[in-house]
Amino acid sequence: MQSKNLLELAGAVSSGAVRVVDLTFTLSPDFPVIVLPPEFGQAAPVRIQEISRYDGRGPAWYWNNVTFGEHTGTHFDAPIHWFTGKDLPNNSVDTMPAKDMIAPACVIDCSAGAAQDPDFLLTVPLVEAWEAKHGRIPERHWVLLRTDWSKKGWRDYANLRDDGAHTPGPNAAVMKWLVEQRGIIGFGTETIGTDAGQAGHFEPPYPAHHFLHGAGRYGLQCLCNLDELPATGAVIVASPLKIQNGSGSPLRVIALVSAN
Amino acid sequence: MIDPIEPPRRKNPLLRTRLPASPPRARSRTSHGFTRAAAEGRFMLQRCEACGAFAYPAREACPACLSVDLAFVDAPRRGALLAETTARVPSDVYFRERAPWRIGLVKMDCGPTMVAHLHADCVEGAPVLMSFQLDKSGQAVAFARPEGETPNMADDRQWREMTADPKFRRVLVTNGRSLIGQEAVAALKAAGAKTVFVGVAEPWRPFAGEQLLRGQQGIELVTLDASDEKSVTDLAADIGGKVDILVNTTEYVRPGGLLDRRGTSIARDEIDQAYLGFINLAQAFGPAMRMRGADGVNSSAAWVNILSVHALANWPAFGAYSASQAACLSLSHCLRAELRPGGVKVLNLFTGPVDNEWFQTVPPPKVAPRAVAQAIMSGLRGGLEEMYVGDVAEEIRQRLAANPKAVERELDK
Repeated sequence: MQSKNLLELAGAVSSGAVRVVDLTFTLSPDFPVIVLPPEFGQAAPVRIQEISRYDGRGPAWYWNNVTFGEHTGTHFDAPIHWFTGKDLPNNSVDTMPAKDMIAPACVIDCSAGAAQDPDFLLTVPLVEAWEAKHGRIPERHWVLLRTDWSKKGWRDYANLRDDGAHTPGPNAAVMKWLVEQRGIIGFGTETIGTDAGQAGHFEPPYPAHHFLHGAGRYGLQCLCNLDELPATGAVIVASPLKIQNGSGSPLRVIALVSAN
Repeated sequence: MIDPIEPPRRKNPLLRTRLPASPPRARSRTSHGFTRAAAEGRFMLQRCEACGAFAYPAREACPACLSVDLAFVDAPRRGALLAETTARVPSDVYFRERAPWRIGLVKMDCGPTMVAHLHADCVEGAPVLMSFQLDKSGQAVAFARPEGETPNMADDRQWREMTADPKFRRVLVTNGRSLIGQEAVAALKAAGAKTVFVGVAEPWRPFAGEQLLRGQQGIELVTLDASDEKSVTDLAADIGGKVDILVNTTEYVRPGGLLDRRGTSIARDEIDQAYLGFINLAQAFGPAMRMRGADGVNSSAAWVNILSVHALANWPAFGAYSASQAACLSLSHCLRAELRPGGVKVLNLFTGPVDNEWFQTVPPPKVAPRAVAQAIMSGLRGGLEEMYVGDVAEEIRQRLAANPKAVERELDK
């Protein structure tokens, strides 16, 4: 590509001809995190502690100490996060190829189904129906599952009941198929994880994690504003923090969308 | 007979909030034998080991036989009011603000004659029961009340100065998810608290007992994660000026000590929740409580901590948890000193294993959450500073006094 095309892109972003959509929730202490049984190790919650705020602790400057687990807020999952991806090369956020941080996306709108059923599952036939309308999912594209889940209040968003979380996600067959037959670069959701709330009972358990990371692909979760993206043609920029041997990280996810 | 206190009216915003004054504080070192008694709700006097005579005030030698062998022992509380008087214009600021103030001379059945603060229903010549109470300066004073119950007895003006009765007060229970927290809420309401604010961290997580707390008159669920500085300061910005009693029901129990755990993440959670949570709460709510110690019928009155008795002696099976509790115990002494100018009491309740999920495999005796809640009420009503709730806590206290090394060896099993 010639450099003038890149400059053209920058100009289009600046002029608004290319819209930048922020797909990120604000990283805050009260955003729900993944819930595991208390006897397991827990993700440290997001904590923001003032170092100083133009006061006796630092008269001219404001800054904070921040702590959080790798899998808090809108975050990225690297292959090393799951046992299936543990032995792959370049499987952590610091060693993954930088070029994988920019890729186009197909957005599958399942908001109507998810509104009917919190345990709504994306299936192969549903994706095939989407492809009949929008064309075959190209290789190295993100598949983003739009459920409008990000618009819920946080209690409904986590939707915890006495038998676990009830939130939408992919079934096992569609994850295997998307990875093996469509060669997607990753899978993204609006919910707390890439998997459905009840995915621990699937075969295999947590199929999105299992198949994505086993094949060196990525996950994005806790996304918002997916309803502002077209079904095809958006470009996702998702560059996680370069944490040494990190399994994931909170990050700013943006989408570039042609305005016309 | 005294009239019941009235529910306090809303404050007049044109008037300055009166700052707390402290009654005289100086005591001899020996006199702190009475401080200990008052802190634990016991009545102790010095008794001569040689001749058996009781002495008061604190002495270095027996006034009867000059033996120096004087020990503080639990003593009979009964006496008779010999004489009473009312101080109408005292020179001390604290008492001047509270005048008229009644005091009297009580001839104890066990011998000594004591100067005591008087309950309004004490009558000259009639029998009284004596106790040591912690006054607003945190020091022990003798207090005489009628032998039997009288109407509205706890509403006595002078008695209420010595206690932290929840009646008409507004209370923050910091963690409503725990069984102890929920029992405390119920007990506080039953004790006449005007409002009980109940902290709930991460309100998106449902919890058992939630429905019971919701929609009840005088119970307000508030978002509070004690381990999150911002959550605590946000809540204090809303209600910090109307928390008269704070009951810290933070509960974060995890088994394990040092060698069989990997890494520090659980220990860090323990510290975040218990220790840093304590600091966050103290920094956010403490200053206003200290400032409001003389703010009328619903002045700020007390801060309650529920601590494991293993803060005093490490229990290796819950070794890191014990250490987090020891840190909180130390912090509580700092808080007590810092709240003292406001006359706000810090009540520590020491418990053995509580009957909850985290001590599921621990054999009885375990402390029922309701028993902890009831102990909080009696501690507040009695104005205490130290309580040992349940058999395990009481036993460890006694054994520590006898031989701490034996306790250490025997907890290792």
